[in-house]
Amino acid sequence: MSIKGKAAISGFAEMAPQKGAGDITPLGIIANMAREAIADAGLEKNDIDGLLTGWALSDYSVLFPSVVADYLQIQPKYFNQVELGGASAAGMVWRAAAAIAAGMCNTVLCVLGDRRARARQMPPFPSIEAEFDAPYGLIAANPGYALIAQRHKHEYGTTAEQMAKVAVDQRKSACKNPSALFGSKEIEIDDVLNSRMIVDPLHLLEIVSPCTGGGAFIVTSTERAKDSPNKPVVLLGAGEAGGHSSITHARSLTTSLVKPAAEAAFRMSEATPQDMDFVQPYDCYTITVIVSLEDAGFCEKGEGGRFVEEHDLSYSGDFPCNTHGGQLSFGQPGLAGGMSHVIEGARQLMGRGGERQLKDASIGYVNGNGGIMAEQCSLVLSV
Amino acid sequence: MSDYTKPLPYPNGVSQPFWDAAKRHELHIQHCNACGTPIFYPREACSQCLSPDLIWIPVSGKGTLYSYTIAQAPTHPAFAEDVPYVIAIVELEEGPRITTNLVGCSPDQVTIGMPVMASFEEVTPEVTLVKFRPDQ
Repeated sequence: MSIKGKAAISGFAEMAPQKGAGDITPLGIIANMAREAIADAGLEKNDIDGLLTGWALSDYSVLFPSVVADYLQIQPKYFNQVELGGASAAGMVWRAAAAIAAGMCNTVLCVLGDRRARARQMPPFPSIEAEFDAPYGLIAANPGYALIAQRHKHEYGTTAEQMAKVAVDQRKSACKNPSALFGSKEIEIDDVLNSRMIVDPLHLLEIVSPCTGGGAFIVTSTERAKDSPNKPVVLLGAGEAGGHSSITHARSLTTSLVKPAAEAAFRMSEATPQDMDFVQPYDCYTITVIVSLEDAGFCEKGEGGRFVEEHDLSYSGDFPCNTHGGQLSFGQPGLAGGMSHVIEGARQLMGRGGERQLKDASIGYVNGNGGIMAEQCSLVLSV
Repeated sequence: MSDYTKPLPYPNGVSQPFWDAAKRHELHIQHCNACGTPIFYPREACSQCLSPDLIWIPVSGKGTLYSYTIAQAPTHPAFAEDVPYVIAIVELEEGPRITTNLVGCSPDQVTIGMPVMASFEEVTPEVTLVKFRPDQ
């Protein structure tokens, strides 16, 4: 049984990211997003019989799906936490579709929200990385992606200017997104290269900014989605891949797990990278986009730097990529950062892109990425 | 009490021989008796065949720099005084990769592929970290 075509995104909601913590809790954000997404899909709360969520860094606990079900006072027939870091939102889409296709439930609320605030308790670090990486300063995501970028430069001659171009083009789209955290002014390649070096070769403007925010979307059967006020955004293909935790022990630093994830998604969809009208690849760093475009098959391995240099990645360009500005300009509200790519994909396909709406957007590629390129989930969505 | 504030390893039963060897300024990794795979980080089952028949072996300490980043901002507050410092992945001559710091080398002289040699740094009376320096 394939889930191809079985389920669709019928509505969504997205909070405009806030730079500060804001006077709201993660559960409050989740409730707001749930209410708005349910209404957007033309549904009532009682129509929701499935729930997928993921932990909030600023309110971390075990058994979070029940915490959310309790807060929303819903009684799901299918519920779980998707624990794939930044790939969680993309991972929710096919899990919801699979649960619906298996008859476990009809309509799944997928919701994430987080607050930029010190947590009461933090999720524990993996013990092996705490023992063998942290003593040397390989901590959190920045240095891990810098190690990837340095190796990519070494193997393929990728340049600082090429990496910077990703941030520049995405910023142009962010300037047409009223919700973007950094959407008031376009930037040039020199602005990126003159921004502070954080972990060589990554500059400040090549690194996501944590923020407060959240998002939600509704997945239901393709048949039911036809009753929605929105054009149903049908899941045509999905693929997932994992296999490492610390980047030191990844099979490759430069050929990522996006490759098997994207191959599986395109195979299921029976579409090719060349068929895509737009792409929304996870962009925690500029190098992430370059590696992801190569591994998803939009260009040859090692050609990603040249590819972004030769194409206009903005909403008005010849290769629209992260038309909401990407997380680099939109902001990264914890796991909900990865939700922004799914929601922007649905938004473009529903024709709700406002000033940045693409002409003739009928099929697109979305990728979620978690950890240090450790969790990958690729989707092909279509109307 | 040591005034060392950076994160320290908390060895467990399986990893203790690695840190004991480091304290003697030796680099030891595991070897699978069933399939011959050299293994790092320490495990209770082979990373390839999942055999539990693993032994510890001394290795040369030689390797090459696989990738690196120069931290111009501290990746943890306790590293603030070390900026700029080099976080590196070294590929050991025997195969496995290891996370480390490159020391004894100006950051502008670091190149991927450079030969490196294990160098032991006693950071507390209990813990010796395995760092690497250029191998001339």
